[in-house]
This record gives sequence, structure tokens and C-alpha cells, in this order.
Amino acid sequence: MITKWAILLPFFMAILIPILHTRIRKFHLGWVALAVPFILFIALLRFLPQIASGDTISHSWRWIPSYNLTFTTYLDGLSMLFALLITGIGTLVILYSIFYLSKKEALHKFYCYLLLFMTAMLGVVFSDHLIMLYFFWELTSIASFLLIAFWHHRKASRRGAQKSMLITVTGGIIMLMGFLILAHEMDSYSIRTIISTISIENLNRPLYLAMLFVLLGAFTKSAQFPFHIWLPDAMEAPTPVSAYLHSATMVKAGIYIVARFTPIFAYNLSWFWIVSIVGLITLFWGSFNAIKQNDLKALLAFSTVSQLGLIMSLLGMGSVVYATTGEITDVIYTQATFAALFHLVNHSTFKGALFMMVGILDHEVGTRDLRRLGGLITIMPITFSIALIGGFSMAGLPLFNGFLSKEMFFEATLAIQEMNVHSWIVLFPVIAWVASVFTFVYCFILVFKTFFGSADKLPTDRKIHEAPIGMLMSPVILAVSIIFIFFFPNILGKFVIGSAMQSVYPTVQPFEQMTPTIAAWHGFNTALFMTIGVIVFGIILYLSWPKWNRIYNRLPEKWTLNYLYNQLLEEAEIVGKFVTDLYMTGSVRHYLMYIYVFFIFIVGGYFIQSHIFAIDLEDQAPVEWFEILLMFVMAGAAIFLLFAKSRLTAVVSNGVLGLGVAMLFVVFRAPDLALTQLVVESVTTVLFLLSFAYLPEWSKEQKSKATKSMNLLISLTAGALVMAISFTVLNYSEFKTISGFFENAYELAGGANIVNTILGDFRAFDTMLEVVVLLVAGLGVYTLIKFRARKGQKKYED
Amino acid sequence: MVCLIGIFVVVATYLLLSKNLIRIILGTALLSHAVHLLILTIGEVKKGDVPLLKETPGPYTDALPQALILTAIVISFAVTAFLLVLAYRVYATNKTDNVEKLRGDEYE
Amino acid sequence: MKINDVILKTVVQFVVFIILTIAIYLFFAGHYTPGGGFVAGLVLASAAILLYITYDTEKVKNGLPIDFKVVAAIGVALAITTGIVPTLFGKPFLDMSSTSVHFPLIGEKEIATVMLFELGVALTVVGVVMTIILSISEGRDD
Repeated sequence: MITKWAILLPFFMAILIPILHTRIRKFHLGWVALAVPFILFIALLRFLPQIASGDTISHSWRWIPSYNLTFTTYLDGLSMLFALLITGIGTLVILYSIFYLSKKEALHKFYCYLLLFMTAMLGVVFSDHLIMLYFFWELTSIASFLLIAFWHHRKASRRGAQKSMLITVTGGIIMLMGFLILAHEMDSYSIRTIISTISIENLNRPLYLAMLFVLLGAFTKSAQFPFHIWLPDAMEAPTPVSAYLHSATMVKAGIYIVARFTPIFAYNLSWFWIVSIVGLITLFWGSFNAIKQNDLKALLAFSTVSQLGLIMSLLGMGSVVYATTGEITDVIYTQATFAALFHLVNHSTFKGALFMMVGILDHEVGTRDLRRLGGLITIMPITFSIALIGGFSMAGLPLFNGFLSKEMFFEATLAIQEMNVHSWIVLFPVIAWVASVFTFVYCFILVFKTFFGSADKLPTDRKIHEAPIGMLMSPVILAVSIIFIFFFPNILGKFVIGSAMQSVYPTVQPFEQMTPTIAAWHGFNTALFMTIGVIVFGIILYLSWPKWNRIYNRLPEKWTLNYLYNQLLEEAEIVGKFVTDLYMTGSVRHYLMYIYVFFIFIVGGYFIQSHIFAIDLEDQAPVEWFEILLMFVMAGAAIFLLFAKSRLTAVVSNGVLGLGVAMLFVVFRAPDLALTQLVVESVTTVLFLLSFAYLPEWSKEQKSKATKSMNLLISLTAGALVMAISFTVLNYSEFKTISGFFENAYELAGGANIVNTILGDFRAFDTMLEVVVLLVAGLGVYTLIKFRARKGQKKYED
Repeated sequence: MVCLIGIFVVVATYLLLSKNLIRIILGTALLSHAVHLLILTIGEVKKGDVPLLKETPGPYTDALPQALILTAIVISFAVTAFLLVLAYRVYATNKTDNVEKLRGDEYE
Repeated sequence: MKINDVILKTVVQFVVFIILTIAIYLFFAGHYTPGGGFVAGLVLASAAILLYITYDTEKVKNGLPIDFKVVAAIGVALAITTGIVPTLFGKPFLDMSSTSVHFPLIGEKEIATVMLFELGVALTVVGVVMTIILSISEGRDD
């Protein structure tokens, strides 16, 4: 039950907030929104002991029974870990946003989107059904889109939103294909069922494809190379959003997917290679690019990309035990996964704190540009402390939780050497080490360039002071937790990460043995020496930064991924316009021709292909002489209509036709129709004559020969085709007529006129809607005539 | 009967493809006539009595197509009326009843 | 265009009432014999159109001060209401019921909720047709 309410509560609040918006004027709307994640966080904590002992909670709720779609929510260790992050960081972020966003902003929209995002994110981690998972997955993209474009008057915001939407939704749709293949192959949509039935024997080509597709989805969402380009642009969002969606939660949905699907796909060794190599490349590229950024948020964005790559590569390394024959219980291999999940938590803490810190700078100083910032340590000591703690934790220095997970990362890259999978694996620790040096450098840039040095270039239009206490609250809580986790890491390890490990390795029993005891001091091992090396080289590089920063100019503009993306978008627009202009000519005649040609080709093609066409005149009712006469008259009138010189004669012949039809109705034993047709025809004729008062006499058609013959060809074919259809249907007796069911009209509906009982009773719904259509048409006519653009109003002509 | 429907369709289509607005409207009216007759024809007509339970002994002709056509007649009337007024309005605004001249410019 | 058509005017005075009678007959006959809401509505409308053609618009407006848009709206509302009411009694949407009632003069007659529904249809048809015709004919003035 908790899972269901966890998904629904933010959703209902998201609906409620815009309604409350008009009522609540006295206090900030954020206080209302704050209650949601806070309550959920506390509620989830109550389940923590149960989950930590290895239990799972699941709840099914029939959603669309006819499609066998059940809304199954599932709470296990992994979901718990993510749910706690989502609600915990969510609480802090909303608390922070109350002070960050002024009451003048469109708060109802902001909190509506934010809570919608929370629903989507909790839905992703709680869903057991693949389609439900996909549904919530895309909802996170949409919520992210709306939040990035929150300040939609800015062009950069709109562009960033569009970029993130395009990339993540494309990935999402590819992932859906992967899900469908997976579900088809394993004959189930339930992730748990698939995990329990899959084994190494199931390896086949479709599953391989499914794996690639699911990974693409995860990589786009988690901003892995080369899809990372959307994340820096997403920083146009308000800072609370950046802290929440684009560092702590949404981008980790990809990590979640990889962790969740490890037991399904990791039997294939490619899983290990793809995940860990993409992760390592992202780690390196992100950290390398972060250094050159001048905007603090862009720096943090690239650092997020890099850290996500780190977690991703750890998950890859942890999955190798599935594909090789290594003992799954061996702590060395599973430790990588443990490190991944541990770093996931750590990253959320320090990156959240850093983002909030940058938000404070932006808010109080008025700039995020590293070239202008400086010397703030004396003005904003608390903000500085936050930056120091967060930055050093990210750099992997002792006393902060980042150190622990960074050490475990080094150990994992070293441990993977023993797997003997490939000789190239030697590169893993090397890349890890180089990337860590870069990480160290940008952390130092972040801390020291901002708070030390000269304060000359700071904006002078306002008096800079320390942020208000409310704004500092959230980052301080996070900073405290950074240090707390360093000193007591095993509380987290035992209660949260341990049970999450069980979700990644469901076959291991008992799962407690996989949970290593985290210790800050392991003696002098290789990992420690690597860290010392990072510090030494990092400081050297930081100090010599002005000397080597020119290498960033070496990369030509045309080679960057952003350039590629922009080119693609531009080309798509040009091609789209070209293609659309080809067929959207604006001519009614062309459009009608499309319809007719398609009709002729599809229906006619089917007729030719299926040999269904047949003429059989045997079974027809006898035709009387007056019918033939009538038909001749009508045919004559119809043809006359074509050549009518004046519109008046045309309308008269149209009237003849209508009356002829009425007569035919009489012959066909349909008195009701005849009556109606008779009256309708008179009214229509009156209508035509009336409207002629305002329309010009028709001029002679001036058409080229080609147009004429084209029109003639199309009309003749269409006519022949309709004839063919009616002949065929007349001879078709596959289905019985259902009119017999209406012949008990008197008993059921109390009427003897079957036609009218059908209209008034059996199919009264049709009639009711028809009446509505009539009314709409009548009102349409009325408005078309009576209403025009008022004087002085802009006319939307041409 | 079927031939008549065929002729109707040919004429209606030809009218629809022409340039004059009134011709197009006449075309739609004619097309709806054709469709009504088509439904009635392929619904096995003239093989029974008028579908009035107490007046005739039966067996009755199929009443369902008749009911459908009854609905269709009224709707097509509404459509014709609406189109006529639309044509009137188009003419009043653009001073032409030639659809080829009503194509609008490129950025519409 | 001033045509003083005395014969037409005189004839119409009688004919309109005949047409109206036919309309009412068709409406009630619809249950057993050809007729019904649609036709009744159309015939009613054509009677009105005849009046408008014979006399001029202003005169008829004075004698027949009805806003036909409202008539159409009432018709639709009536049709939908007869559909909704059965749902209040736990029956399906648009469920119709009928019962025999003995009228003093005409004798045993069926009376059914279909009648109300058909009345709604008839009113809508009259309202819409008249709205269309009148709007077009009035369009000339501006």
C-alpha cells in the first residue's frame, strides 16, 4: 500500500496546488508542497527495518483488466534506496526553493511540475510492470522538460528544454522497443517474473538487441557519452531543479535501470563491456570538460556527467560475475556494485549541496561566472564551508564521504584485473586515475577561484551578504550528512545499500555476506597510493592551469557533439519543410485528389488482389418499367448538372435528383426516408437559392486539357470502383443480416414502425448525437454570418 | 440501380474536383445522394414489405439501413447548409469563389 | 423586388395550417406508421419558411417572436435529458419505457418516453433549420 500511495500522493498534490494557488496568498506555496516528500520520507523510513531484513512489499491493483495491465508496485532494497533519495533530497530541495524563488514567480506551475516529477520518479522505481515503468519514465522526461523551460521567456531555457526532451524521449522510445522485445521473448511484462525465469540459456539474438535498446534508454537519461550534451544545457532551469532533477534524481533513473536489469542482461559479457566502457569514457570526458567551464553551473553539470559515468562503470564492473564463472559470493566482484550504490548516495549529498551553494551565489552575488567571482570567503563564510565540504568530498579527500567511495572505485578497477577477461582491462585503473586527477582540479577551481583571490570584478549593483538562514538550511544539512557518512558509513551500508545489493544479485543467499564493512583506513594499499598520486598531480595541474588551458582550443568547433546536434536539427527542419511543401499545396483540388487516389489504389488494389469481385444478377429483385424510367431521368439530370450553364439550372437539376431519390425510396419500401428526403430537398433548394443572392454567378470553368482528363479519369475510376463494390457486396453472404433482431420492436420498444424504433430506442444514442451535430452546424452557420472581426480588432487575414 | 449510383459518383467526383465553390458544394450533395442509395441498395432492398409491424404481414425489408440513411440525410443537409454559408463567407472576405485563388501564401 | 402576390398570400394563410396539422399528425404517427420527429420537425420548418417567403421577414418576426436558436438548444437539452433520466433509476443510458393510457376521446393509446425524445429531435430540427435560413436571409443587411 505504501508504494501506491507514494505514487499517488504527489500526483494529487500536483493537481491540488494550482487550485490552492488562488486561495493561498499569505504564505509561500512551497510549504504546502514540502509536506508531501517529508511525509513520504518518514513513511518509507518506517519500512526500512523490514526491507533491510530482506523482505519485499508488493501491491497489485488492476488497472486495465481487459488488457491484462495490472498496476503492480514493488518495494525492495533498490527501490527503497532510490525512493529515500527522491523523497529525502526532494524535501531539502523544496525547502531550499521556498527561499530561492520569490512569491512573484509562477509558483503553482513550479510545484505542480515538481510534484508531478516526484510521482513519475517514484513510479519508475516502484513499477514492476515494464509498460508502467516506461510510462513513468517518459513522464519524468516531460516533467523535466517543463521544469527546464520554467523561465520560458528565455531563449536558452527553451532550447535546453527542447534538447533534453528530444534526447531523453528518443532514448525512452528506443527503450520501449527493448522492453517489448524482452517481454515478447520472456513472455512476461513483470520484471520480477523475468528475473526469476531468465538464465544463461536464454541468451539469444533478440535479447541482445533488447539489451542494447534498454541500455540506450538508460544512457540517454543518465547523460552518458555521447548523449551527455543535453545536461549542461538543462542548467537553464532554476537551481533547485538542477539540484534535484539534474544531479540527484532524474539522471540517476538510468543508473536505476542498469542496476535493475543487471540480473536480466548481465549473463551476456557485452553488458559488462558496454556499461563499464561507456561509463569510463563519460567519466573521463566529463571531468576533462568540466575544467574549462566558466559558468559554475556548467562546471557542475559536467562534473555530474563525469560522476554518473563513474557510477555506471562501477555497475558494469559489478555485473561481470554474471557472465564469467566467478563465484558470485566473492566479495571482490560484488564490491563494485556496492561502491556504485554507495557513491550514488554520496553523489546526491555532495552534488546537491554544491548546486545549492551555487544557487546561493547566483541569488546573493548575481553572477555564476568564475571570471568575476572571487574573494567571497570573508563575506560568505557559511557558503564557503559548504563549498569546501562538498568540493573536497567530490575530489575524494579524506574526512568526507566521497573519499570512501572513490577508494572503493579504485579498488574495484584493480580487482577487475583478476578476472582475466581481456588484456585491455589494464586501462581501467589508468583511465580512472586520470579522470580523478581532472576531478580534483575542477573541485579546486570550484572552491578556490570562487572564494579566494580578488573581489574586484564582483557585481557592484548590490550589497553582497551571507544568504538568509532558510536558504542555508538545506545545504548545511547535506554538508553535515557528508561528514556523518564518512564517520559512520556502515549504518548506511547495512540498512540501505545491503538490501539494495540483493536486488542486483537476487540469487545470492544470504545476502548479508555481500555487504562489506566500509572502513576509512585499509592500510597502505594500491588504492591509497593512487589517491595520494591524485592529490599530488592534481595540485600540480591546478597551479599550472594557466599554462595548459590552451589545449581546449585545439578541438575545432565542427567536431563537437553540440555542433552535430544543431546541424541535425537544422537539417531535419529543412527536409521537413521541403517535404511538407511538396504535398501541402493549399489547393483543395489536390487534397481531394490525394483522397481519391488513395481510395482507388487501396480499395481497388484489394479487389484485384483478392479476386473478390463478382457480378451476379440472378438474385436481384425484379425491376419495374417506371423504375427504369425514373433512373433514366435521374441519370440525365445528373449528367445535365455537369454541363449546366447557369447555377440556377444546376440547382433545379439537383432538385430533380433529390426528388428522384425520394421516389426511389418509395419504390424501395422506405416511406420514412421518402418523406424526409422530400422535405429536406425542398428546404435545401430554398437554401441554395437564398445563398445565391450573395454568391457570384458561376463563370465558365477554365481548365487545361490535362486537368480535365485527369479529373475525368479519377471520377470514372471512382465510379467504377463504387459499382464494383456494390455488386460484390450484393453477392456477399458471409454475414447474416441483423435486421431480424429489430423485428421484435413492438415488444421491446412499444413501436410498430421499425425504422423509428431504431432511431428512437435501439440506436437512440446515434440520434442524440446527430441532434447535437445539427445544433453545432446551426450555431456554426449563425456565427459565420453574424460575427466578424470587430472594428479596430486585428483581422487575421492572409 | 448500381449503374445509377456509378453515374452519381462520377458526376459528384468531377464536380468536387472543379474550381468553383458552388460546384464543389453541389458535388458533396450529389455524393451524399449516391451514398444513401448505395447503402440502401447493398442492404438487400425490395425483398420484403415496408417495415411497419402492424400494417404489413412481413417479411420486412431491412430496417437498419433505412434508419442509418435517415440520420445521414439530416446530417448531409446540415453539412450542405454549413458549406453554403462557408462559401458565402469566403466570398465576402476574399471576393472570389475560385478555390485555386484561395491557396494562401507560403507562410500560412 | 416588390411582388404583390395576393393569391399566394391568401392561399398560404390556409395552407400553413394544413401543413402544421400534417406535421403534428406525422409526429404522433411516427410510432406506428411513417413519420416521426425528424419529418415532423422538417415539415414544421417548411411551414415557417413558406410564411417567411410569402410575407416579409419583419412581419413574421412580429407575429412569431421566437428565437429559433433557443428552440434548438431546448430540443437538444430535452433529448439528452430523456437519455439521462433513466440512469437515475439504474437503467441504461437512453433506456425508453412505455405504458398504455386510456384517453377519454381517442381511446387506448400508447404513451412512451420515446415521445419526449422525439419531441426533442423535432424541436432541434425546427430550430436549426430556421436558424440557418434566417441567418442567411438576414445576412444581406450587413
